[in-house]
Amino acid sequence: MADNKRPAAGEWTTVIRPRTGWFDLDLRELWQYRDLIVMFVKRNFTVLYKQTILGPAWIILNPLITTVLFNVVFGGLAGLSTDGTPSFLFYMAGNTVWTFFSTCINNTANTFVANSQVFGKVYFPRLTTPISQVLTSLINFLIQFVMFALFWAGFALSGAPLRLTAWVAALPLVVLEVMLLGLGVGIIVSSLTTKYRDLAIAVSFGVQLWMYISPVVYPLSSLGESPRLRALMQLNPMTAPIEVFRLATLGSGTVSAGGLAYSLVFTLAALAVGVVLFSRIEKTFMDTV
Amino acid sequence: MHNAEERRPVIQVTGLKKQYKLGQIGGGTLTHDLQSWWARVRGKEDPNTVIGTDARLFGQTFMALNGVDLTVYQGEALGIIGRNGAGKSTLLKILSRITAPTEGEIRLRGRVASMLEVGTGFNNEMTGRENIYMNGAILGMTKAEVDAKLDQIIEFSECGEFIDTPVKRYSSGMFVKLAFAVAAHLDSEIMVMDEVLAVGDMKFQQKCLGKMSDVAGQEGRTVLYVSHNMSTIRQLCTRCIVLDKGRVIFDGDVEKAIAVYMETTDVNVVHYDLTSVSRMTGSAGKRLRLETLDFVDKESSVFADDEPMRVRITWRVSEPFAGVNMKLNLHYRDSTPVGITHPVDLGPAVPGRLYTTEFSFDPSLLGEGQYFFYLDIFDGALAQAVCLDKPVTEFAFEVTNSDLSMPEWAAGWGRVHFPAVKLLAGGAEG
Repeated sequence: MADNKRPAAGEWTTVIRPRTGWFDLDLRELWQYRDLIVMFVKRNFTVLYKQTILGPAWIILNPLITTVLFNVVFGGLAGLSTDGTPSFLFYMAGNTVWTFFSTCINNTANTFVANSQVFGKVYFPRLTTPISQVLTSLINFLIQFVMFALFWAGFALSGAPLRLTAWVAALPLVVLEVMLLGLGVGIIVSSLTTKYRDLAIAVSFGVQLWMYISPVVYPLSSLGESPRLRALMQLNPMTAPIEVFRLATLGSGTVSAGGLAYSLVFTLAALAVGVVLFSRIEKTFMDTV
Repeated sequence: MHNAEERRPVIQVTGLKKQYKLGQIGGGTLTHDLQSWWARVRGKEDPNTVIGTDARLFGQTFMALNGVDLTVYQGEALGIIGRNGAGKSTLLKILSRITAPTEGEIRLRGRVASMLEVGTGFNNEMTGRENIYMNGAILGMTKAEVDAKLDQIIEFSECGEFIDTPVKRYSSGMFVKLAFAVAAHLDSEIMVMDEVLAVGDMKFQQKCLGKMSDVAGQEGRTVLYVSHNMSTIRQLCTRCIVLDKGRVIFDGDVEKAIAVYMETTDVNVVHYDLTSVSRMTGSAGKRLRLETLDFVDKESSVFADDEPMRVRITWRVSEPFAGVNMKLNLHYRDSTPVGITHPVDLGPAVPGRLYTTEFSFDPSLLGEGQYFFYLDIFDGALAQAVCLDKPVTEFAFEVTNSDLSMPEWAAGWGRVHFPAVKLLAGGAEG
């Protein structure tokens, strides 16, 4: 369809039917609209930083300020353990991964409501919007990761006890997992917000709470004495990715094969549920706005 | 016309139906749903139905399309006409895959480019050039396809010098030109347009119509065009269907279709329930909502031209107003605009009460024939009017001639019957 060839006589290229079936995801069509995804990513950046003084510098300032804050509040005042790693890097690692995850959710959670104007006038695969949002978050994450790497190098040069582990090889997978989990949860929420707008408010609050049951400002190992609390933490699919990230870059983290497998399965399940809900809602959404 | 002998169907619609539920408003909150449920349990009025919705209609269904069969062939420019609410927009929405049908199916050959609105997805912060790519991508073009057509698009849009300026600095005319230019250069086999030509200046409108004719006639692409403007239908279309109450009531010759369309004006209706009809704009009908309109003491809305038309409306508000303005937009039955009335202030209003307003209109200035008007209620002065409510209902009426010294109204006379000139002075010379 991407080329100009007209279809041969006798073959219909598209059939429009009433909504049927549970799972109908047209990946080929999504691929045909890849340029649209790129355009949306560009637009997301343009819109975000137009008419701001510092512009894209915010991508770096935001996590920097948060890290300093965490360092003062949780490291300094509360005196939480950082597993013997430099607390600044410890918080920055947790915050970088967490920010990536939370922006993935927050930016996809209002897909239908925010785009109802466009969705009502023209057809394109609706999944292009949330996908472009998580890709935007990915780019932000990569920039922040570079900043993290620079700080890491600085600490290493000044003789801090840092060691890279073989888990570094797993980092791309972790990043992908966090992105897909954010996408999955985000599109589930976006599908449900078409019916209940409260969820849009609840979600940003919920994501904040979620951070505190994730090992962002404390290590999983600090819950060592309380096996029940620790088991509860293992139910959180974000626990494993954050711990792997720290284990890979700082050399300290609690990773179990079971926890990792659980987290991956959870991610795929959330994504599947999300796509099912999303593709059901996208066909009738316009009738209920 | 090329390959006229081929007659290859590119769109085949069979048994298409679309059902809407009345009174169903999406985007509630959980508390609202609980409130509504609690109100129903106690047998009280639901606090969350749209003001004025008749409770009896709630949950009832309405067939926007009620069994449409249609085959469109390659290279045709098909006009779709019908009164508001006849199902035209629903048909286009299903064709453009914005909403799914309830029953039936549509088979298509090739891509559909829909222009239900110009400039969908345009972003004010981005430049004209960036928006061309953006809009092209939304309409289904790849970057390479836009690259190939970029020069043509810019030239057609007449926005060449400003192409790297953010579109928020564009005038509305330039905006429309640019948006149309993108859509018109799409490489799709089927183009669907909903009255998009109603905007923009006359010269550009003609240019667009010419472009669309070329698209259908020479490039062999298929155009579906919805309009209320019969002259553009005449100019562009090679075939025309008339929709009425969700069905195709005529299919064929353009002139005959327009004649059938004009017959669908209904002057036998003197009471209109407006609670559940759709509104001209998304925000209309929310802060203020018209509930009914009646032609007072009439059995049919036929008026002699010396008989004042009496109309009674009822309406409610959901917030207090110090005053709201009302005007009538008059149209001849083929939808040609005739004129508007001077706005009148309906006075202050507070929520929770049903207001009844009766007014009269003097039809003596109208020539014989069938007309309709839209009722437009707005806030503020005419120059910066904010539309409060404007139902899509066409209130039809007929004006008959009571002055027997006047012959039958002739086609070339326009629609307005001015009073006789006043003779100021005269006499013969010498």
